Amino acid sequence: MTATTALHTPTGAARSARWTSLLQRQGVLVALALLILFGALRYENFLGAYNILSVLRYNSMFGLIAVGMCFVIMTGGIDLSVGTVAALSSVVAALLSEYGLTQALIGGTLVGTAIGLLNGVVIARLKILPFITTLATLLGAKGVALLLADNQSVSVSWETAFTELGQGDFLGLPIPALIALAVFVAGSIVLNFTAFGRTTLAIGGNEEAARLMGLPVDRTKILVYTLSGTLAGLAGVILASQFAAGQPLEGNGWELFAIAAVVVGGTLLTGGVGSVGATLSGVLLLGLIFNILNFENGRGSISLSAYWQSVIRGVFLLGVVILQNRLMQRRS
Amino acid sequence: MVDLSTPRPAPPRRAFDWSGHAQTYGALAALVLLILFNVVFTPNFLTLQTFNVNMTQVTGIVIVAVGMTLVIATGGIDLSVGSLMAIAGALAPLIFLNVPGPFGIAAAIVLPILVAGAFGLFNGMLVTRFRIQPIIATLVLFIAGRGIAQVMTNGNLQTFSNPSFQWLGLGKLFGVPVQVLFMIGIVALFAWVMKSTVFGRTILATGGNEAAARLAGVAVDRVKLAVYGISGLLCGLAGLIVIAINSSADANLIGLGIELDAIAAVAVGGTLLTGGRAQIVGTLIGALIIQLVRYTLLANGVPEPVSLVVKAGIILLAVYMQRQGRSA
Repeated sequence: MTATTALHTPTGAARSARWTSLLQRQGVLVALALLILFGALRYENFLGAYNILSVLRYNSMFGLIAVGMCFVIMTGGIDLSVGTVAALSSVVAALLSEYGLTQALIGGTLVGTAIGLLNGVVIARLKILPFITTLATLLGAKGVALLLADNQSVSVSWETAFTELGQGDFLGLPIPALIALAVFVAGSIVLNFTAFGRTTLAIGGNEEAARLMGLPVDRTKILVYTLSGTLAGLAGVILASQFAAGQPLEGNGWELFAIAAVVVGGTLLTGGVGSVGATLSGVLLLGLIFNILNFENGRGSISLSAYWQSVIRGVFLLGVVILQNRLMQRRS
Repeated sequence: MVDLSTPRPAPPRRAFDWSGHAQTYGALAALVLLILFNVVFTPNFLTLQTFNVNMTQVTGIVIVAVGMTLVIATGGIDLSVGSLMAIAGALAPLIFLNVPGPFGIAAAIVLPILVAGAFGLFNGMLVTRFRIQPIIATLVLFIAGRGIAQVMTNGNLQTFSNPSFQWLGLGKLFGVPVQVLFMIGIVALFAWVMKSTVFGRTILATGGNEAAARLAGVAVDRVKLAVYGISGLLCGLAGLIVIAINSSADANLIGLGIELDAIAAVAVGGTLLTGGRAQIVGTLIGALIIQLVRYTLLANGVPEPVSLVVKAGIILLAVYMQRQGRSA
């Protein structure tokens, strides 16, 4: 899971370079362990089953989006549309929920697939910058979601098994968390052991070289954005199921959470290097930080309004990118 | 309007210029068509009130988009504009509601703009000193900036009635809203800066080919720092104008989503999103188009969400045409 895949392994690298690479790879795990220790010592119910399961259940949506974002960023691109795509999918799934879980699941996910495909085709074939393309689909998806939902949240049907997907358990674990785990494992395998995974990294490393080598650059890019859209769609279905409502205005800032998680996991924003497993650690780290902030609020020792959370999130992202940057400079 | 190569245009560069201007003229033509459409189909379009409504809504976008044009011309991007507007807009009432007299008003205008400018410099520092990609560097304040504004006001709506401060948004000179004069002044100033000053040239050189500009002795880092700083200052002014118009400051809403409008205006106006070319007047036209499209749809009974989809289409179309123009 934590295997980091780099296209070019450093040849004859100095020991310090190996240390920085180790720190970059394992730093997030160390931080994760420290946070858990801190929480366990400070809060009574931190390691209780209820808290652990609800953290996993809630963050599984971000986990799904982060896997897609990880692949996109490895190609050197970015997908800003994931949040509103998830919102749109949650609306579609809620509207379809009266026909049954399967219909809602497939319908909601396919909407994400379609937008992801559109992103990919526009980026790869029309050669429009990824952030502009996905900014446009961010707007478009939000518009369609608001239209379909008639500007309000859409309640789901309780007649069918739809809410099981987000609220149910399987073998004592939340179903969304199991789905996210399966996607992480699959993503890690795809990245490390398939031609598609290698091509993804090659494009991010040097797109022109990848093209000259005869790698299917355009097709891979289209696939990567389609994957990201599909996973965002799946996250949207889970959102609707978990909160029993399709929410056209949800998803604000999800893309930032996903980008931050990917960066924290050590994936370079310039592409070419990345790890799905470390992205999982990144998601858990961010999720835990918010969990701990909630516990702090609950204790009443400090009163951090929701507003502080965005400040802290920004400062955290800042710290991570500066650290990543320093590590990169030392490496080179 | 502005291009690096104007002094001695070589033939291939001239073709390049033409395509840039072609898009600006294309945008102008689209604007004229939109206006004609409205004259024919939208009731009461040719009234002073309609004009004022549209102008009031567009000034904030134009002022922010001018700063965005400079940033994009250096090959960067500024996603934090809406949050910087919120910081300035949340700070101003805190000052003039607590500090009485003309000194309070002056401080409430000057300080927030400077604070927003300082945050802009912070963006620039991340980009130049820490070599963080602009999209990520400005993402930091995009997230944290609005949080800062919300923390300052505790997320509360601040309402006020202060004619001397609100002159910024509601005042009129010779029958023209003051804010529109501000907008025109800023567009004219920066169109001139880009066309006729060394600073403007160095911006274009930086965005055109950063390595070459550096070798040619351009202080690339200082230029970048300056454009992010300017973008911050302009966001500060835009934030003040918006709260002056609304008679209230809501840190949750000031400038929300304006980065998209600004980027769209820049793209529609013919500025290359990859840097190296800036069309300040084009940006003004782009912003007017986006505003007028929204107005046209709303005035003709099309629901607001549809205008989001239309805006998405316009952005993609504009950038696509830009690409076609360049490769032609």
